[in-house]
Amino acid sequence: MYEDMVTARLYEERLQEEYMEGKRPGFDISAGEVPGELHLAAGQEAAAVGVCHHLRDDDTVTAPHRPHHVAIAKGVDLKRMTAEIFGRETGLCHGKGGHMHLFDPDVNFACSGIIAQGCPPAVGAGMAAKKRNTDSVAVAYLGEGAIDQGGFLESLNMASVHDLPVVFVIEDNDWAISMPKERVTSPQDGSARADGFDMHGVRVDSDDARAVYEAGAEAVGRARDGNGPTVLEVQVHRRMGHFMGDPETYRPEEDQERAAERDSIERLAADMREFGIDDEELEEIRDRAAERVDEAVTWAKQQPLPEPEAAHDHVFTNPPSGVTDEEPEFSDAGAAAGGDD
Amino acid sequence: MSSQEQQQTGRTATMSDAMVEAIASEMRADEEVFYMGEDVADYGGIFDSTTGLLDEFGRDRVMDVPISETAYLGAAVGAAQAGMRPIAELMFVDFFGVAMDQIYNQMAKNTYMSGASVSVPMVLTTAVGGTYNDAAQHSQTLYGTFAHLPGMKVVVPSTAYDAKGLMHNAIRDDDPVVYMFHKRLMGIGWMPAPDGPKTPVPEEEYTIPFGKADVKREGDDVTVVTLGLHVHRALEAAETLAHEGIDAEVIDLRTLKPLDRETVLESVRKTGSLVVVDEDYQSYGVTGEIISSVAESDLDALEAVERVAVPDVPIPYSRPMEDAVIPGAEDVAEAVRSVGE
Repeated sequence: MYEDMVTARLYEERLQEEYMEGKRPGFDISAGEVPGELHLAAGQEAAAVGVCHHLRDDDTVTAPHRPHHVAIAKGVDLKRMTAEIFGRETGLCHGKGGHMHLFDPDVNFACSGIIAQGCPPAVGAGMAAKKRNTDSVAVAYLGEGAIDQGGFLESLNMASVHDLPVVFVIEDNDWAISMPKERVTSPQDGSARADGFDMHGVRVDSDDARAVYEAGAEAVGRARDGNGPTVLEVQVHRRMGHFMGDPETYRPEEDQERAAERDSIERLAADMREFGIDDEELEEIRDRAAERVDEAVTWAKQQPLPEPEAAHDHVFTNPPSGVTDEEPEFSDAGAAAGGDD
Repeated sequence: MSSQEQQQTGRTATMSDAMVEAIASEMRADEEVFYMGEDVADYGGIFDSTTGLLDEFGRDRVMDVPISETAYLGAAVGAAQAGMRPIAELMFVDFFGVAMDQIYNQMAKNTYMSGASVSVPMVLTTAVGGTYNDAAQHSQTLYGTFAHLPGMKVVVPSTAYDAKGLMHNAIRDDDPVVYMFHKRLMGIGWMPAPDGPKTPVPEEEYTIPFGKADVKREGDDVTVVTLGLHVHRALEAAETLAHEGIDAEVIDLRTLKPLDRETVLESVRKTGSLVVVDEDYQSYGVTGEIISSVAESDLDALEAVERVAVPDVPIPYSRPMEDAVIPGAEDVAEAVRSVGE
């Protein structure tokens, strides 16, 4: 769990650096190595690993537009995810999706750039599991800014009324872009939404990965045992802006300082030291994570960009006549990564 | 005011400044005008669509809303039906699906269904367009989608001058107006705009009537009809073509509903050739509409025709593919050359 959290943090820090390459001086969003917007999740790792560490590959996770930490915790292929973020042909989505739209069917991970819209598909995955009589579960991640969306509220009702194995994980980082929670959401305890839908709701009011782990065990266990859905809200802290380039002029300095102070990774490390794990072991874990991140980024940057014509492929699985859908040629590296076979 | 008259006013402004100037002026003149949307108050609009309005008008009239498009766009419909003049911003046009019932079935249809006993004097502002690699859920223009269903007026400015005049008109109009501004034209710090949209803008208020296209460049050989960002790409193409001895006329539609078919027809009668350029999907869109309008009215005037639009694929993330599907100046020039042959 600690290793995944550290990996996620180092990954975000590395992406931050890579993203700014070529975008200076000034900040030009359409220049540089990494295309498009980039939403980083440093400070939110506890919510990802505390729940995902109870999941199997056959369990489904839907993540929002800030997905990397959840993807890492769910076991998404880090190299191909990175290649996707760099817009490469051998990326998870062949360069079509990008960082907000990562799909890894091998571990049943998907995400969407539209707020709360991962909730209904998670309900669908839960429904499929129930109909097929399997014990797999579905977890939908969303931010606290998304809990006012119809898509979330309608999903709670569906999950509850059909008693589906779904866990809704709200990552409460206090900010919906520039909108502080207290000005746009009532009531502010997202887990209390569960009460209105006759389902379990629990809030972990700290960045404590161990507490999330325990709450996650209960919620995932409940779903897996056929005892219905849960809303699990976790207080996290957004250490960065909403997106890279966000000037954050709306955000008081105290809030940024608080986010920097309350670090779930340091907190977990302190706990581990208490359990007798020494600094050397922690450092080893960190080195392993750093190496993994470096390998993924190095590999991704060596991958080819897609051919422009590849834009026309993949509109349909079964293209109607007259629509081309030729698979792009894959390099050896892609095939080695299990790219397209 | 004609293009010549515009040149005589000394002061230039970005498209976002011009838009905001019109909004502020209408808010000063009429207490019933207010603005609501996500991140429009403290942030000033992600795309600078409301910069400075909070300082002058306060939170009652410049309202940050929850990420609940159904609720706040529907609330704008309700407030408009109650006689106020709300402006409601949908941050990205791509998010329309979350609230489509309020847009298509309420905002657009209530006037008609009520036998005009109710009117809906609201403006729906929304950011459109790609060119910055943000993938399929944040890069669409959807001009055709909004112009297709009846009941809404649809405005697409391409310059600061037009943006201001059209915004004055939009706020004063008694019908719902969809005001679609292209991110790439706004003059945002982190997304450099081409030179074209920053134009002279008079300080006093003025209106530009809906349904009046603007001939942005006069020419005798080929008529190029377009809108939004692609006005500037067409003008760039026209400069290239001028060196080759091809004199292209560039028409900026400015509004899609109502649509100035007459200006297009007159131009085609003069040039004989028509190229329609659109950043929206090709099928069932602006290109087909313009060409069929000319063909229906005066088939004999039409010697040659081409359309340049996004092929029917979602906007891909990776740069080579996005560049391939969004028409560039060279694609426009190529189409003009081909009708000239």
